[in-house]
Amino acid sequence: MRHLKYLLPLAVFGVMVWFLGQGLYLNPREVPSPLVNKPAPVFNVADLHRPELQFASEQMKGKVWILNVWASWCRACRDEHPLFVELGRQGIVPIVGLNYKDQRGDALEWLRALGNPYVASAYDVDGRVGMDYGVYGVPETYVIDKQGVIRYKHTGPVTAQSLQTKVLALVKELQG
Amino acid sequence: MKQLLACLMLLSVMLAIPNVHAKEAATMAADPVLEKRVMALAYELRCLVCQNQSLGGSQSEFAIDLRDEIRQQMTQGKSDKQVTDFMVERYGDFILFKPPVKSTTLALWIGPFALLAIGALVLFIHLKRRKRTLNTTPLSDEDHKRAEALLDNK
Repeated sequence: MRHLKYLLPLAVFGVMVWFLGQGLYLNPREVPSPLVNKPAPVFNVADLHRPELQFASEQMKGKVWILNVWASWCRACRDEHPLFVELGRQGIVPIVGLNYKDQRGDALEWLRALGNPYVASAYDVDGRVGMDYGVYGVPETYVIDKQGVIRYKHTGPVTAQSLQTKVLALVKELQG
Repeated sequence: MKQLLACLMLLSVMLAIPNVHAKEAATMAADPVLEKRVMALAYELRCLVCQNQSLGGSQSEFAIDLRDEIRQQMTQGKSDKQVTDFMVERYGDFILFKPPVKSTTLALWIGPFALLAIGALVLFIHLKRRKRTLNTTPLSDEDHKRAEALLDNK
């Protein structure tokens, strides 16, 4: 029993190593959003395709919808885009695109080339809407419920897996 | 004399260049007192894109945007607290370099002091127990002889 006492520092060290080791597998870029489970900020900005029209987020009330923040200058947006094109084709859930701090011409060209999965595209030219949504790394994807509450936020490009297991699973649950 | 003059000229050029550069690099509030407040707050907030830098120290677009936002809000007469709340509402406590004292961060704030207190307590008990053992068990004759032998060997 006396010998075990000398093993105590080793045990403490072991616990510390375990915690530090776990820390290595955390993603420091994944910052928990304070907006999850809060009402989605309401916005009203120009439509990307028709500048004379406005897109109002209120239009989506009563529906479960996905808000995808993207820009033509964003490399990672290109990676995730085919997944949204496919999802848009399936028509399970309306996806609204928020074009963030972009040139209108570039954005339209991008959609023409890569496909447009969005039921509507809002043009956030100065990033004001993005700021209200706490956007800090494009692309970002939000799931918003029928009451207009943000239920999930994904920072960075979605993958086929995260789209299925997190986003779509939640969408189906919310659609009831 | 000529050399000294050349040195001075070079020095003045060297000093002047960064000044010109600084003026071009960033937008600033006209009022220097306000600008000082803006930057003071910006240094308290984390740049989420380059996480080991503050909003004040970073040149990323994200930091520039948020600095502009801070400047704009302060120009409108918002207090430091109001601006900080605006940021926390959107980006969470993570944007603060100094986390607030809340139930979830209590361990962070008092943990080190608690560990220090536990350490001090263990040390205190240990020393006390050792003192008691030293006082109550006198040196046996055999130990005494051994000690003397060791000392004589020297």
